[in-house]
Formats: sequence, structure tokens, C-alpha cells
Amino acid sequence: MTTASPTVGAGVQPPAPLTRAARVRKRLNSRTATLVSIVLALLWTIPTFGLFISSFRPEDQIKTTGWWTFFSDPQFTLQNYQDVLFSTGSSGQLASYFINSLAITIPSVLFPIAFASLAAYALAWINFKGRDWLYIGIFALQIVPLQMALVPLLRFFSTGVTLGGVQLLPAWDLVDEQKFAQVWFAHTCFALPFAVYLLHNFISQLPGDLMEAARVDGATHPKIFRTIVLPLITPALAAIGIFQFLWVWNDLLVALIFAGGGDETAPLTVRLAELAGTRGNEWQRLTAGAFVSIVVPLLVFLSLQRYFVRGLLAGSVKG
Amino acid sequence: MEFDFAAEQPKFLMLMYGLIAFVAVVGGLLLLLDVVPAFFARRREAQLVAASASGAPAPRRRKQREGAFAFFFLLPTLLFLTIGLVIPAVRTTLLSFMDSSSTNWVGLDNYGWMFDEDSIFRVLINTLIWVLLVPLVASAFGLIYAVLVDKARFESAAKSLIFLPMAISFVGAAIIWKFIYAYRGDEQDQIGLLNQIVVTLGGEPKQWLLDSPLNTFLLIVIMVWIQAGFAMVVLSAAIKAIPADIIEAARLDGTTPWQMFWRITMPSIRPALIVVVVTISIATLKVFDIVRTATNGNYDTNVIATEMYNQAFRYGENGQGSALAVFLFVLVLPLVIYQIRNLRKQREG
Repeated sequence: MTTASPTVGAGVQPPAPLTRAARVRKRLNSRTATLVSIVLALLWTIPTFGLFISSFRPEDQIKTTGWWTFFSDPQFTLQNYQDVLFSTGSSGQLASYFINSLAITIPSVLFPIAFASLAAYALAWINFKGRDWLYIGIFALQIVPLQMALVPLLRFFSTGVTLGGVQLLPAWDLVDEQKFAQVWFAHTCFALPFAVYLLHNFISQLPGDLMEAARVDGATHPKIFRTIVLPLITPALAAIGIFQFLWVWNDLLVALIFAGGGDETAPLTVRLAELAGTRGNEWQRLTAGAFVSIVVPLLVFLSLQRYFVRGLLAGSVKG
Repeated sequence: MEFDFAAEQPKFLMLMYGLIAFVAVVGGLLLLLDVVPAFFARRREAQLVAASASGAPAPRRRKQREGAFAFFFLLPTLLFLTIGLVIPAVRTTLLSFMDSSSTNWVGLDNYGWMFDEDSIFRVLINTLIWVLLVPLVASAFGLIYAVLVDKARFESAAKSLIFLPMAISFVGAAIIWKFIYAYRGDEQDQIGLLNQIVVTLGGEPKQWLLDSPLNTFLLIVIMVWIQAGFAMVVLSAAIKAIPADIIEAARLDGTTPWQMFWRITMPSIRPALIVVVVTISIATLKVFDIVRTATNGNYDTNVIATEMYNQAFRYGENGQGSALAVFLFVLVLPLVIYQIRNLRKQREG
């Protein structure tokens, strides 16, 4: 592109031999860059750090002085966590919601990944009519924002399917913790287009000779899928698994609509958003609560960052 | 002050049911596909034996079986996508032309309402501000940081710190920043960092989140804080992918860092930059959690996604909510099509 025209600008200058002054300037430059990047990194971390410090300060301290006074007058307590996790009633009980988050997230990660890897294998390695069109169709579904599906999907759960007055499918009529199933269902639907797309990228790039050899040996498609494809795409599965995990754990909208707001089903995000709304000044609860919700994804993220980055780089469209 | 662990048991039971269902569905499907064809293969073998004994030509049905395999491999995905996305999307489109109880057709009324009503027009303007600012600022920051930190000694640690907010939920991020924007009266000590800075500099503390239009920009800061890490990681990978000999050649020609950036780095990472900008734009158009947690859409901070939720699920205005959803879809559409074409080109090129 523009680099192809060396006569302009760049060509005018003679190739500069590194003089002493230039070397000093270069080192200074890189030192400035280093300094600036350190400052920015700290700046980026301060908000989270402040929250973290605050969550360990006693209530009266949080409410009357800034968290930075912690360094001149350190007072440490675990009372906030104790309160917010285990006190019953409207002020906390986050332990209960934590379990909800787990119960929502685990199946919501497993189902779409399993279904998507099966579908991606079929789209990549089984010959059938209309295969390309089907792939394009699933791929194109990424453009549908999940907002488009919320109202009808909720109605599908609550009233079932009727066509011309005939009840085709009954309402799900789920109560309390059974509502988890709705959330699993919704998350599975919304995750599939992206998951199929990402896994198809990986699976279709596996060497064809491998499949051919297995076929010659008499292996059927399920066998090839289980014994050859699955082990090879483990990194891809890990990447998309982390992606989906963070997505579901951090989701608010889907949970708000399909899980309801009670302590039987609502995940941490729903509870925290509610606390932030109704008890916006109870910073001792909000800080500790926010940290409770952050800690799991943070651990997952830090320990598996490599896979996550790989997933990000492999495809950056999430529907 | 007591937490009843026994009360949590039904949840674990439900989770177990979910996992059992998972094993049953996926395992069952694979087992079915293993056992049934084996059964047919045995029968076919028997047929072949019989056929060769009687001298008739053997029946060939290999093609059909491939199709059957494909069908069962794709069955769960297609089922979920049809029920959960395709049919609902079509129905939402239809609902957007109907009234709040979804019984009467009202034509384009709901769309007219979006632009007539002042409060909704405000929502559209806010969304526009979001989608103009967030991708621009986040990508710019990500790019600058990626260049600054490239090949530095502490590179991976510094990148982790910027990238960290990606793991934090929008809800958590909104609380973190609400704490920074927190307000205490004049005579008290400030507990919010922003007001403390203002006071230290001799200013008056402010209720930041009540002050329109400034509050929208303060919420945008939260989104930028989260998305900059994403931009930085993708762009940093793109910068590292620039062939070393190009950089070496440019260096021998005596290019300054400034020229290097505009003539070599920028053209080389253009595709990645476009992917980043478009991806962040799409995420920004759909932003919901931040606004809902920080202000609940009050004080003129509402955006399309929060208003859609309010209309459809709080006020029971299904028609108007659906119209907003469709409008969101129309806004996202060109971006995603562009994104997809871009990815394809990249893959082919």
C-alpha cells in the first residue's frame, strides 16, 4: 500500500548512523514509553483496586472516608463478606446467588459446545446436499441480536405453542429452581451460531488425509468424531468454553428475563444490579458483593488467559 | 445471620438433572449413531451374502447414510436455533407492527412513536453518542498502548492489567465506577475518587451521575475501560505479525518512529483495526447492563437496549419493545455484514 512509495519522506533522510546523541534519545524515548505505559496500566487498575481495598474496610470507615485513607489508617475486617454472603433477607445472601450462578453457568457452557462441535463436524466433513447453504445460514444468524428473540422466547416458555387454536406444545410451567432449564435453553440458543462458526474454523482445517485414512479403515463418522476430531480440537474447545463461561457468568439481560429475580434462580449479576439500585449507598455490601461476583471469572481468566486470547483472535463476532 | 445450606439442595439437584440430561442427550446421540449403523451394516452384509449366493447385483445405498449421519449431527443445533432464534426473530418483527397486547395490526405506528416521542428520541441520540465514542476511544487507546508496550520487558504483565476488566462483568464494572463517582456533601470527606480529585484541586463536589449530558459520557468511560483491553490484545497480535524484514528494512532507511507508525504499522494492521472497531461497535449498540446498573436509565442516560427491556418487560408494551429490537437489528445489520465480508476476505487473502 502506501509503504510502496519510498521516495516520499522516508527516502529523503540519509540512513542515520547511530550517534551518541541519537542513542541517548532512543533510550530516553523507550524509557518515556515504558513510563507512560506503566502509568496507564496503574490507572487502569486503580478502580478495581479501590473496590478491593474498600471491601475489607469496616462499614463506618467506608461510608465516611475514601479508600485511600486505608494506607494511613489501616483497618481490616471480613465482616462485609460475612454479611453479604450469609445474612438472610434483602441485604445479601449472595452465597445463595453464587450457587445459582454456578447452576446456570455449567450446563449453559456444556450444551452449546457439545451441540456446536457435532454440527461443525457435520458441516465440515460429511458430504450432503445443501451443506454450504446450511453453514451460511447458521453463520448469518450471528447478526440477530438476542433482543430480537426475548419476547417470543419468553412466551414460548410461559404459554407453549398454539397454531390456529391447537395447542402444539404445552407451556413449560416451571417453578423455582426448575427455571434454570429456561436459562440453559436460552443461553444455548444464543451461543450456538458463534460456537458453530468458531469450531467450524478449527475442524475444517484438520488434515483431510487423517479422515480419509480413518474412513478407509472402516471408521464411521461418530467414531472419527470421538477418537480423532475431539482430541485434536481440545484447545479450541477450551477457548470457546472460557468465552462462553465468562459470557454466561457475567450476563445480566438473559438472566433477568428467564430466571426471574428470586433467590431460587437469579444469578449474582441480577442480585448485584438490584442491590446497586435499591441500596446504592450501602457501599460495604456493594464492594464486597461486587468482588464476590468478580472473583470466579477473574481466576478462570488469569489461569486460562492463553486460551481466551486465542479464542478472541480466532473470531471476534459474537451475536 | 444464618445461612441455611439445606435450602440450597434443590438447586444442586436441578444442576444434576441438567448434567444427566447433557450426558443422556449427547452420549445417547453418539451411541445411537454408533449402534444403528452397525446394525444396518450387519444386515447389509447378510443381504450381500444372500445376494452373492443368488447371483443378483448388490444394492448400493451409501450416499443416503451420509445424509442420515449429517441429519443427526446437526439435529440439536438446528432444533435450538429454530426454536430459540429463527422463529422468535420472525415473530418479533411481526409483533413490532402490532399493538401492546399483540392482537391488532397497527402498521408503522410503533416506528413512528420512536421518533415522535421526545424521551425515545433522546434514547436514540444517546445510543448514537455511545456508538460514536466507545469504538473510537477504546480502539485508539488499545492501539497506542499496544505500540507503547510492544517488546517492553514487562509486556505481558502490563497487558494483563489492561486486559483484566474484560473478565469483570458489566454489572461489576458499573459498581466499581459508581463507587468512583460517589458523592458526599460539601462538608463531609469525599469517598468517591473523582470528587476527591475535584475537591483537592479546589472544586465543588458534584453528583456526577445526575448531571445530564455529562453522565452519559461518564458511563461511556466504563465501557471504554472494559473494551480497551480487547482492542489492545487483538491489535498487539496484529503488530507482532508484521514481518520482521519489513521493519528491519524501514529501520535501515532511517525512518523515525513516527513514520514507522503511520507508514508501516498502520497499513499492516488495518484489517485487524477494522475488526476491532466493528466488534466494539456491535457490543456498544447492545449495551444494557452498564446503564441499567449505574442509573437504571434515569437522568437522560437511557439507550436502546435498556428502553427495549423497559417497554417489553416492565410496561408490557410488546409492540413498542419489539419495534426497538428490530431497530437495533437494523443498526447492527450493516456492521455485521461488513465484518463477515472482511473476515472472509482475510481468510482467502
